[in-house]
Amino acid sequence: MSARKFVYAVCVLLCVLLCAVTSSVAQQLPAPPPSAAPSENGEWTMPAKNYANTRFSDLAEINVDTVGALKVAWTFSTGVNRGQESSPLVVGTTMYVLAPYPQTLYALDLTQPGAPTRWQYEPKPDASAQGVACCDVVNRGPTFSAGKIFFTTLDAQTVAVDAETGAELWKVKLGDIAKGETMTMAPLVVRDKVYVGISGGEYGVRGWLQALDVDSGKTIWKAYSTGPDAEVLIGDDFKPYYATEKGKDLGVSTWPPNGWEQGGGTVWGWLSYDPDLNLIYYGTGNPGPWNPNQRPGDNKWTAGIFARDADTGAARWFYQIAPHDLHDWDAINELVLLDLDWHGEQRKVLVQPGRTGLVYVIDRVTGEVLSAEPFHVLTAITGVDLSTGQLQLVPEKMPVENRVIRDICPTAPGAKDWNPSAFSPVTGLLYIPHNNLCMDWESVTTSYIAGTPFVGAEVRMFAGPGGHRGEFSAWDIIAGKERWTINERFPLWSAAMATAGGLVFYGTMDGWFKAVNAESGAVLWQFKVDSGIIGQPTTFLGPDGKQYIAVLAGVGGWAGAIVSNDLDPRDATAAKGFVNAMQDLKGATTKGGTLYVFGLP
Amino acid sequence: MKRIAIVMVLALGISACEREDRETRPDPAVSGMEPKVTLSSIIPGGGSPPPPSGLAGQYEGNAYHVSQGKKYYTWFNCNGCHANGGGDSGPPLMDDTWIYGGDLEEIVSTIYEGRPNGMPSFRGKLTDEQIWQIAAFVRSLGNNVPSDAASGRNDDLNPHPPEGQLESQPPIDGGTAPPSGQMPQ
Ligand code: HEC
Repeated sequence: MSARKFVYAVCVLLCVLLCAVTSSVAQQLPAPPPSAAPSENGEWTMPAKNYANTRFSDLAEINVDTVGALKVAWTFSTGVNRGQESSPLVVGTTMYVLAPYPQTLYALDLTQPGAPTRWQYEPKPDASAQGVACCDVVNRGPTFSAGKIFFTTLDAQTVAVDAETGAELWKVKLGDIAKGETMTMAPLVVRDKVYVGISGGEYGVRGWLQALDVDSGKTIWKAYSTGPDAEVLIGDDFKPYYATEKGKDLGVSTWPPNGWEQGGGTVWGWLSYDPDLNLIYYGTGNPGPWNPNQRPGDNKWTAGIFARDADTGAARWFYQIAPHDLHDWDAINELVLLDLDWHGEQRKVLVQPGRTGLVYVIDRVTGEVLSAEPFHVLTAITGVDLSTGQLQLVPEKMPVENRVIRDICPTAPGAKDWNPSAFSPVTGLLYIPHNNLCMDWESVTTSYIAGTPFVGAEVRMFAGPGGHRGEFSAWDIIAGKERWTINERFPLWSAAMATAGGLVFYGTMDGWFKAVNAESGAVLWQFKVDSGIIGQPTTFLGPDGKQYIAVLAGVGGWAGAIVSNDLDPRDATAAKGFVNAMQDLKGATTKGGTLYVFGLP
Repeated sequence: MKRIAIVMVLALGISACEREDRETRPDPAVSGMEPKVTLSSIIPGGGSPPPPSGLAGQYEGNAYHVSQGKKYYTWFNCNGCHANGGGDSGPPLMDDTWIYGGDLEEIVSTIYEGRPNGMPSFRGKLTDEQIWQIAAFVRSLGNNVPSDAASGRNDDLNPHPPEGQLESQPPIDGGTAPPSGQMPQ
């Protein structure tokens, strides 16, 4: 323990020095609000690391100079060979690992050599849920707060487990798989509330976010993403920035009659929390069905970003990224909270690298879009009109019923899907793992049948310009430009993680786990794991006082379903068209489900 | 020359008639269109499984039934979970791996009963005839129906060559675990 404290002190000192040096030479760098990103304690207790969603650790024992010696310390099989999108957590001397369906939660003892299992907990979700999981049977991670581990299950339950003993404290059923309702997101806990949302945007599910009581699981409030204001929790406090978001019951009137009842706007991505403003932020999913011609109107409040009062759920503002979404562009990606000097003015913002291919910088007090600059080739939009906030569409790429529209970039999973970026306050850069893909799309009429998909589009995807399908980009938020980019053969479906050691980590779908120099993008270390990586790397101080890096390997998810679900590449439309872009993945990796932990010798 | 041509046209005509030949309405007397399926190759005490109902030939050799099946396959959102045979949340239906069997009656019984890992049960939601027609179309995805009965064209974005031109993927009796089921869960 004393060794651990010592290393920790050194890290803090290093960081302070680094920060001091950089701020004296350059203009002030963006930084997360300290209340949302508290100082380092060597643990990793929630998937996004902190409320600001920076995925940045102050640990620096593993750094640009030492990373070359990084070795596998130990491994652990999750027992399930499906897509591993989850994040290993570390609290005290225990590591928590959550498998995909059937979602066994393992507690590993870090004090013992090889980290043997302390206990395991099995939620036993209904097997039928696998059929209504749009994009492999994934889960995006457990979260810890005050002695409890919380997570969601594929059959739409939320569970709280005693972090010490693995005993189930409560388990509540929040959705019905017979209506296509599943849960895949990582919960967020603020004080006495745990926030969870519903998945199923491809099944005509009406999206919502709920706040549950941490001690009982009882619903405190529930805010729908479509329907009358009273059910969306829109009241007097609702002050959106743009005129298009103002009006009564837009969640009903911007839909064809009753369309909002199967309208999507599911909540399955990342939540942020600003303790100073007491607001939570999250994005809503695509409207249902994908075929836009079946739902004339703006389709509020889908494909946009909500700010809500953390206690009451009352909406404060909303910004619709994709009004009347044409291409399955959910707005659920991570929202990184930063305070920055915006052309001479101090602003509190949130930053989202979006599915549309734009990095949004939005004032998180008002909902005003400050900039939206492209990080992906765009053919279907040209950008955002900052005076109205409206997405600018290219008319030739708009879907026409029963006509194949070609070369739409980015694609349905977007320039970047769920897999979160990382922000380093040392470099001031946002590290974005993303796709480089385009698609052909045909809208076809579909009908709503509860428990079956509600999509209405035939899609096939393919590599974007350059032929590579993935990119790892360092993004300068203020300049709105890429600093450097690493091209990858396959789309990137893993999260990024940044450290004070001057490193950024990410994994590829063909199984390379990489550490790159955060300043230059030079690959300093890489290791080939047993299966493609689509998980979220984390880092922590072990009980021995040494820094470790953890990541789950095991390909799958929407992009990797061709391998994890044994799909047939002869059908270009398999996995909603993603298989067409991934035909060679079967030759590059096989299924897996292994936790890797790396350390210095 | 002329005679050969006439013979050819006649031959074509006759075979074309056959592929269009069908019962216009299923005989209610032959009710119990529920399939007879045996999923195991072990019969305790020996012997062989009871013979299939014999309805298979009527459906999968018939172009009308197969094309009706193709239409219903989309109408009832099978394509949402199985794409155009390549699979999505549900397994591919055009390959030669079958968890519950790839014979027509086995497919019919899958659609009736549903399957435990997420295949919905359509019993009572579709007519018996629709189910047999959809199953015949599913068989055509692996080109397991006579090629003149399989569809010769795709109406929408081309997912793969029309079923009539796909490679043949032999059906396998039920019980083959897909590779994704091979690791302990
Ligand atoms: C909600 C998604 C969903 C829908 C809708 C759906 N299926 Fe399935 N289907 C599945 C899943 C998941 C399985 C695998 C079940 C298992 O392994 O237990 C499956 C299995 C099957 C199988 C068995 C495959 C094998 O290898 O034995 C067939 C055949 C099949 N489906 C045909 C259909 C047809 C025809 C329709 C439309 C009438 C349909 N499915 C609709 C999800 C779906």
